[in-house]
Amino acid sequence: MTLGLAGFIANGDDRQTWEEAVEAVVTAVATEFAVIRERSGEPASGPGADDPTGAYRLTWLDTFDWRLHKAGLALEYVAGRRGGELRLMSATSATTTLARTAPARTAPARTAPARTAPARTAAPSATGVTAVTAADSDTSTVQPVTGWTATRPHLSSDLPDGPVVARIAGLIAPRALLPVAAAASTTTEYRLLNTDDKTVARLLVERLVIPGGDVIPLAPRLTIVEVRGYQGQARRAARLVAAVPGVGTEAEAPFPAALRALGRRPGDYSNKVDAPITVAMPAPQAAAAILLRLLDTIEANVGGVLKDTDTEFLHDLRVSVRRTRSALKLFGDVLTAPAPNNANNANNANNANNANNANNANKSDKNSGNRPDKTGESATADAGCTGLTREDLAFFTAEFKWIGDVTTPTRDLDVHLLDFAQMADGLAAAKPDDLEPFRSFLEQRRRREFRALTRALRSPRFTVAIKKWRAKLAAIRQSHQGGAGVAAVRSEKSVQGPPGVGTVGTLAAERTRVSFVKVARRGAAITAGSPPESLHDLRKRCKELRYALEFFAPLHDKIGYGKVVGDLKRLQDCLGDFQDTEVQIGEIRTLAAAMLAAGEAPAVTLLAMGEVTAGLVVRQHAARADFERRFAAFADVDGQRRMSALLRGRQGGTGRYQ
Amino acid sequence: MRIYATYNIKGGVGKTTTAVNLAYLAAESGLRTVLWDLDPQGAASFMFRVKPRVKGGGKAIILGRRSLDETIKGTDFDNLDIIPADFTYRNMDLLLDGGAGGDGGNSPGGKPARKLSKLLAPLAQEYDAVFLDCPPSVSLVSENVLHAADVILVPLIPTTLSVRTLDQLSEFVGEFQGRRPDLYAFFSMVDGRKKLHREITEKLSAQRSEVAKTAIPALSVIETMSVERAPVAVFAPNSPAARAYRDLWAEISSRGA
Repeated sequence: MTLGLAGFIANGDDRQTWEEAVEAVVTAVATEFAVIRERSGEPASGPGADDPTGAYRLTWLDTFDWRLHKAGLALEYVAGRRGGELRLMSATSATTTLARTAPARTAPARTAPARTAPARTAAPSATGVTAVTAADSDTSTVQPVTGWTATRPHLSSDLPDGPVVARIAGLIAPRALLPVAAAASTTTEYRLLNTDDKTVARLLVERLVIPGGDVIPLAPRLTIVEVRGYQGQARRAARLVAAVPGVGTEAEAPFPAALRALGRRPGDYSNKVDAPITVAMPAPQAAAAILLRLLDTIEANVGGVLKDTDTEFLHDLRVSVRRTRSALKLFGDVLTAPAPNNANNANNANNANNANNANNANKSDKNSGNRPDKTGESATADAGCTGLTREDLAFFTAEFKWIGDVTTPTRDLDVHLLDFAQMADGLAAAKPDDLEPFRSFLEQRRRREFRALTRALRSPRFTVAIKKWRAKLAAIRQSHQGGAGVAAVRSEKSVQGPPGVGTVGTLAAERTRVSFVKVARRGAAITAGSPPESLHDLRKRCKELRYALEFFAPLHDKIGYGKVVGDLKRLQDCLGDFQDTEVQIGEIRTLAAAMLAAGEAPAVTLLAMGEVTAGLVVRQHAARADFERRFAAFADVDGQRRMSALLRGRQGGTGRYQ
Repeated sequence: MRIYATYNIKGGVGKTTTAVNLAYLAAESGLRTVLWDLDPQGAASFMFRVKPRVKGGGKAIILGRRSLDETIKGTDFDNLDIIPADFTYRNMDLLLDGGAGGDGGNSPGGKPARKLSKLLAPLAQEYDAVFLDCPPSVSLVSENVLHAADVILVPLIPTTLSVRTLDQLSEFVGEFQGRRPDLYAFFSMVDGRKKLHREITEKLSAQRSEVAKTAIPALSVIETMSVERAPVAVFAPNSPAARAYRDLWAEISSRGA
């Protein structure tokens, strides 16, 4: 919140109505104050804004996954004549022109209006009584920046030092700041004078437009700004404005309004599953909805991966691919259920082809992505299909495995590079600089792997698989829409033939229970003497259980869900630490050998890498020692009770799965 | 925060016009500036169209019942605020001496001659420059001002007696224990048609390092300030008077750098 200036907004939907409201406001304040309109001498830049006092362009920035918004912040870049400014404020701040006056603007000498940040601002309260709210300028931060290109992403590591970056760096890393929306603003300023012709308040009228092919205007924002020491007059002016018909209290910051005009909303991307499912929904419809949500996330991230905007696009894509694979394993069978009134699957011919493809999938070149589409059908032709065959299931399972595989090498190298600073800082005997050749080697490798990755993501194999997958899922969801599940969904063990079409509530309870039992049994079997593989296997089962819980999260009681997932997450972290350190040790050894073979391994670097692996071994031992405690917290008697209660819907008291 | 005071024992030498114009120019240069109109006549307040009135009067400020911060008014100009005059400032000597109400001795400021200095200290959070427009006198108020200021700006009418005034002031300030303000004089109301004005101005500014090279001419546009109720640079930005004040401010601010 740069200044925390609450104000007013012109009601209505069109420019003419807005301008009439602004005119009415100026007339209203003129009944008690002499009103002088400031002139800047700057060229006109928009309808209704001829000779504005200030004109500038601003760009709102956030990460792709809205980290600033989630933290309750809004970040603007305002371009000025001699550089620009980053302005960080509360996301709910209804900032005004004064707060966003373009930097480095020279006011005309004759009138030189005060631009000093006012300490307070007058605004009407909800009851219609004017209230003067204290300024919240302490919560806003401004940082001048030079050479900032508003239209391109800025990696957190490349941001210039300054007070704004100091506040956001930890929040956004390792994500890049992206331009989310842009607007052109023009402001007209009116001075309100007392009988001594002294300025005692200001009326600011800010007009924002979203530029582009079709310029979208936003409703003008009006603000009464107090001049220090003249609070009473500002209050009076605010009352006059509040009484004007067609003017409402400004309740929304410009950023969400700009996003809405663009057909977006803050936080419209999240890597959470959060599928639109309800407990009585037919299982195939819900399964398709969950998988479609995962597919949305995969597709949303492809662009960022290809542009290499930041590492988290690939991470999110991979997580969604992994979840998809896990979902197919967990409840892929329900997708094969025939739709009501459409039990006869007319796609036998195609299914035979799909089966053939599935068998061939792993035999083809894993990374080329150039495998021809042998299905002999277009994605649109598949849209009429109402269920997956077992061969379809095998085909898509293989395709998502392939996508996972082609993305692994780049992600592994990303992880090394993201951890690099921490790794270098943790060295005791070696110097951080000793590791630099290792970093260069990792970067070089990453460039190579990234090229292979982009080839795969641009390949017909990828695009066709994704397109076909969407068509299939949409058809399944559509064909089951409106139907209610009647037959029980069989458990994994009891499935002998095609499962019946039950509700997702039943499916969720049963499949999550099976996953939990696996974790509980396998975990309980681990002793101090168990091999590392048993912990790796348990980690996989935990992941499956976690995904099962997340897929069906909308059906669970929130409090019970939070507790169960919290304990599971801590167990997963422990198992992850144990396995990741082992994998990293193995990778560092392999990379060291590769560096040596390439003649790019100075002795000091190899020694430093050795020290890094020693540190990883210590971490691994610590994780192993912590396992028992973490497992007990999740799966002891109390843990089992919590899970049972969650799956029976007891905690919510609504019997969700009855 | 740098504190400038316009001071002279004599009245009518251009203290207020100097304070108003230089404060405006300081603010225009980007310094967060406040002007305290200490003259009960309230001429500086009048020029900024601010009523010369402080709630509780000078007593409330000096006795610490009202902080200076509460009395500040925004002017019509960027970065420039004012602490208005009040007619009760005519009794400020008594207040500073701790005579009023019998509790003045315990008011913030401690020693009577340094009370203003203490009152001004909290403004350093908010302002880069403070201008004190002093009433013409030799009094406890002026002594306070001399102690509080970093730079004493002394407008001089180009007469032989004015040199004597400057010497007296230098001597007085020279006797200060510890921190001493920088004394900087300049000729004001210079009539270029008068031989005596020309001679004294040229001679003194050449001989004495504490005398500015820039002189402020006696021009009717400066007198118009009280009609326009604004600094010269606002209503006559290209006038010789505005240029002279700009030159003077450039000289003063570079001296402080």
